[in-house]
Amino acid sequence: MSSPLDQNQQALLESLAATLNPTQAIWVSGYAAALGNGASSGASSTSKNITVLYGTESGNSEMLADKLTKAAKKKGHKAKLTNMADIAAKDLVDTDTLLVVVSTWGDGEPPETAETFHGELMAGGFDLTGVEFSVCALGDTSYEQFCQTGMEFDQQLEKLGGKRIIDRVDCDVDFDDTFASWETSIWEKLGASSGGAILPAFGGASAGPAVVFDKKNPYPAEILENVVLSGDYSAKETFHVEFSLEGSGFHYEPGDVLCVIPQNADDTSDNVLAVSKLKAEAEIEIKNVGKTTLGYALKNLLDITGISKKVATNIQALSGSDELAKLIAGEGAESFKDWSYGREVIDLLELVTLPADMTAQQLVDCFRALPPRLYSIASSPKAHPDEVHLTIAAVRYDAHGKARKGVASTYLADDAKPGTKVNVYLHKNKNFRLPENTDTPVIMVGPGTGIAPFRAFIEERAEDQAKGESWLFFGDQKYNEDFLYQLELQDHLKSGALTKLDVAFSRDQPEKIYVQDKMQENAAELWAWLEQGAHFYVCGDASRMAKDVNDTLISIISTQGGKNQEEAEEYLKALKKDKRYQRDVY
Amino acid sequence: MSKLHPNEALKENSNFLRGTLAEEFADTSNGAISADSQQLSKFHGMYLQDDRDVRADRRKHKLDKAYSFLIRVRMPGGSVTAEQWLKMDYLSDNYANGTLKLTTRQAFQLHGVIKFNLIPTIREMHTVALDAIAACGDVNRNVMCNPNPDLSSAHAEAIKLADDISTHLLPQTGAYHDIFLEGEKVASSEPEEEKIYGKTYLPRKFKITVAVPPSNDVDIYAHCLSFIAIIEDERIIGYNVSVGGGMGMTHGAEDTFPRLADIIGFVTPDQAIDVAEKVVLVQRDFGNREDRKQSRLKYTVERMGADGFTTKLEEYLGYKLQPAREFKFTHNGDQFGWSENSNGNANLNLFIPGGRVVDTADYPMKTGLREIAKIHDGEFILSANQNLVIANISPANRKEIEALLEKYGLLKALDSSAMRLNSIACVALPTCALALTESERYLPTLITELEETLENCGLRHDAITIRMTGCPNGCGRPFISEIGFVGRSPGKYNLYLGGGFFGQRLNKLYKESIAAEEIKPTLTPIIEHYAKERNEGERFGDFVIRTGYVKATTAGNNFHAK
Repeated sequence: MSSPLDQNQQALLESLAATLNPTQAIWVSGYAAALGNGASSGASSTSKNITVLYGTESGNSEMLADKLTKAAKKKGHKAKLTNMADIAAKDLVDTDTLLVVVSTWGDGEPPETAETFHGELMAGGFDLTGVEFSVCALGDTSYEQFCQTGMEFDQQLEKLGGKRIIDRVDCDVDFDDTFASWETSIWEKLGASSGGAILPAFGGASAGPAVVFDKKNPYPAEILENVVLSGDYSAKETFHVEFSLEGSGFHYEPGDVLCVIPQNADDTSDNVLAVSKLKAEAEIEIKNVGKTTLGYALKNLLDITGISKKVATNIQALSGSDELAKLIAGEGAESFKDWSYGREVIDLLELVTLPADMTAQQLVDCFRALPPRLYSIASSPKAHPDEVHLTIAAVRYDAHGKARKGVASTYLADDAKPGTKVNVYLHKNKNFRLPENTDTPVIMVGPGTGIAPFRAFIEERAEDQAKGESWLFFGDQKYNEDFLYQLELQDHLKSGALTKLDVAFSRDQPEKIYVQDKMQENAAELWAWLEQGAHFYVCGDASRMAKDVNDTLISIISTQGGKNQEEAEEYLKALKKDKRYQRDVY
Repeated sequence: MSKLHPNEALKENSNFLRGTLAEEFADTSNGAISADSQQLSKFHGMYLQDDRDVRADRRKHKLDKAYSFLIRVRMPGGSVTAEQWLKMDYLSDNYANGTLKLTTRQAFQLHGVIKFNLIPTIREMHTVALDAIAACGDVNRNVMCNPNPDLSSAHAEAIKLADDISTHLLPQTGAYHDIFLEGEKVASSEPEEEKIYGKTYLPRKFKITVAVPPSNDVDIYAHCLSFIAIIEDERIIGYNVSVGGGMGMTHGAEDTFPRLADIIGFVTPDQAIDVAEKVVLVQRDFGNREDRKQSRLKYTVERMGADGFTTKLEEYLGYKLQPAREFKFTHNGDQFGWSENSNGNANLNLFIPGGRVVDTADYPMKTGLREIAKIHDGEFILSANQNLVIANISPANRKEIEALLEKYGLLKALDSSAMRLNSIACVALPTCALALTESERYLPTLITELEETLENCGLRHDAITIRMTGCPNGCGRPFISEIGFVGRSPGKYNLYLGGGFFGQRLNKLYKESIAAEEIKPTLTPIIEHYAKERNEGERFGDFVIRTGYVKATTAGNNFHAK
């Protein structure tokens, strides 16, 4: 990067920089940015009227949108941060410059809170001529419908007459760099700013809250406890991990998420290394990290399990494999999607013949960074000061002749023994919060590991001595094997912190019984709670459970409330809008 | 006067055995019920248990104990139809632990039924006219009857008596119906009444058998009340009556002891039910209600003396018993293999190790019996030794059943050593709360060890009764076996010797609290001695007394004497 500074200034800056600790560096960068903004706002001829619109599920989009809004203001623009949950799509006609940050969830779905807005936008019927826009899409390349929602927004905004000022960017799980490049393009387009230019000289720190530990600098949390929750004869392996947060400076609330930086299992990285016929000591370079060895990178830095078209394409390019080319192009016996199901990167590597002269660098360049894993926090900080707890199901299965395991869940199950340290950072989830009024009743539906945030909720309410009633629906496979936190829940029932508990175990009898069946059994009472203002929360499996619970909820509203289907759906929509129906599903 | 046992008030205040059972069954937060409700649930045929194998680690997993229930079925004479067998087979797979236990009192037991499956299980049983009423608790329990129907007409009469007594002594409360079948209590205008039992039922459990000599397989001497059929010209002309037998005792409490029943007289068939009722009434009125360790009928008879008891009984009856008739028992084991009925049908007495109907990798017993049940038009009769008689196989069906027996290897177990065929083990660990050590899971291994000795001595085909229980409460009737083991502490047993081969004599303590691995070295020299020096036809239990290993126990009250 060519610096606008003269030699003298450059020397002064570098000597100062050498003495700064990270916190100081952040402060200085903010100071410099403010100086820069003062200069550029004076120079800016047109102050834009910017709307930063976000649709968020886990909070990432919201966090980026918030950052963008603040940056816009500093650059002298009028900027307004808007949640898709809070406006109607046709209101977009009143915007001038629209910057959209939106994530894609599950199988190409919009975030929960943006569903209504998305529907309205796609239906169209209004004119956005005169609106300039750009979209930053968030997603995960390991899903087939990568960034689908962002793509749809981008196309639809143009179709409705909007003018794209910057091409859409699609961010993978490690979104920071892609987002930063998009942001830079935005400010280059909307108004010159010299403020940001010097920042990379300070190690990439950008203006923001002065926390020491975060995504870029995770906190090595000591494991205090790691116990299996499943009974000895359970078909599952669900476990409870307690981390120390002492000294991390992390403050979280029930509903928040802990991000865990996993490591690949030794056998996983060994297998990739073996098939590559490269040496673990081979030196390579990884973006944002620098020089390291192949062995270290395979173990700690790279996603060497998750299959996506992108990694397949990279490996195809490296190997020149016709077979893989056909597979990617969908010309094989099965589609790429079907083929990938239950397979991992190692299967790709074994499918092709890697070139004999392949370098370690060529191999690592095929892979994306190992993404952090997000887990809904299972503890209340009031009940467990300086600790955070997770409820995790170890993912292990056999597929295509190999034993497979979930990277993070088995890392935590097998390697995160008490006394060891695991890198973590916090992630706020404002969309999953207890009611502010502790008198408000809450209904919680959390089968399996979906119980995690509700353990936190119940603990928090116990600590707050909340008067509001609480009702938990829990379910799993077998009563005697999978009743997660049974003893704790019994205590909470006795103390009154939990008012009512209904459980559904699917494999204890010939017919399957699920949480939604228990809701239906209690339809009249559930409806009464809703009418008394109860908040309704769902956590857990998105693909089936959350849908079934949603359908059952509509059915209960309809039958108990004497409403037709449409009215019941409207009722539920209103609940969502009032933040009385919140979901944390995955 | 000492105070009544708390269970008495519990029964009295239970609204005829309802208590808070319905509410507690609906509580989904835990798999247990309260201590009081556990007492009441027994009257409805179910015991709360927990898996003791995993008990230690449950709290670490943040889990409550692995609670489940045992359900015992009332089935007089152990006889069920093929349809009922199939239903129990289905229930064991779908609501229990996949096995069916055939008990020493001719009942099915389902194990591992979680609280929320009790009601569905009972409802399903009800659809095939099976119930668990009074299968446990302070009432008359399942009435036993000789299972070998080779004397067809006499057996039919005997089993009818068992059935009639069971019906006559059934509690009249609607509690079972309300809690398990209706789901909600229906307010009745008629005040409930227990004409026989009264509100506090009996002081303790009560057990009745009907025996058809020469078989004493039901072990009449080990039961509160028995009717021994006296047969003339293949017809039952009446019954000898015996009272006051029982097995249970408590380690270290010498005022508790097993006791053999006394034969007190003869009654005609039309008097039998009346006699059964009046014996129950005498026990209701004179049994000990203060100390449950002294409350079985055997202690009442011991206290009153057999004569005194008989006098009181005759007072209740309003007539005298006739003098007991001659009869002869020759065994108390099963008569394995095929037998023919006078009606032309055939019976097959199978050996079911440990009474446990289960499929294992190399022996699909449960599947085999299910396939037979699908075509069988006779009965399945559970024997008093935890085995099974496929009864009344019609000539038309026999070939097909034989093919299934072959296919599933069901006859192979009959090649076992005579000791194994004459063995009984109670359930004990991991489910029984009373067990002090292993029984059902250990006895087969022990017998395998002893079989080596038996083979070397040429005794493979000589029947010696061997019984093991995990505690001294006596479910496997260990105190009348020739070799008896009663659990003392983990891995340790009291070894008893010298019981009568057909259950006519109690055994005697030979070694106290010996470790499992000491059993074979202890018994081998005695068995070798028996092989060499027994008299013609002399039973092992008689031999060990004659040669001085133990003294004969001549009555319950000298059971503990050295």
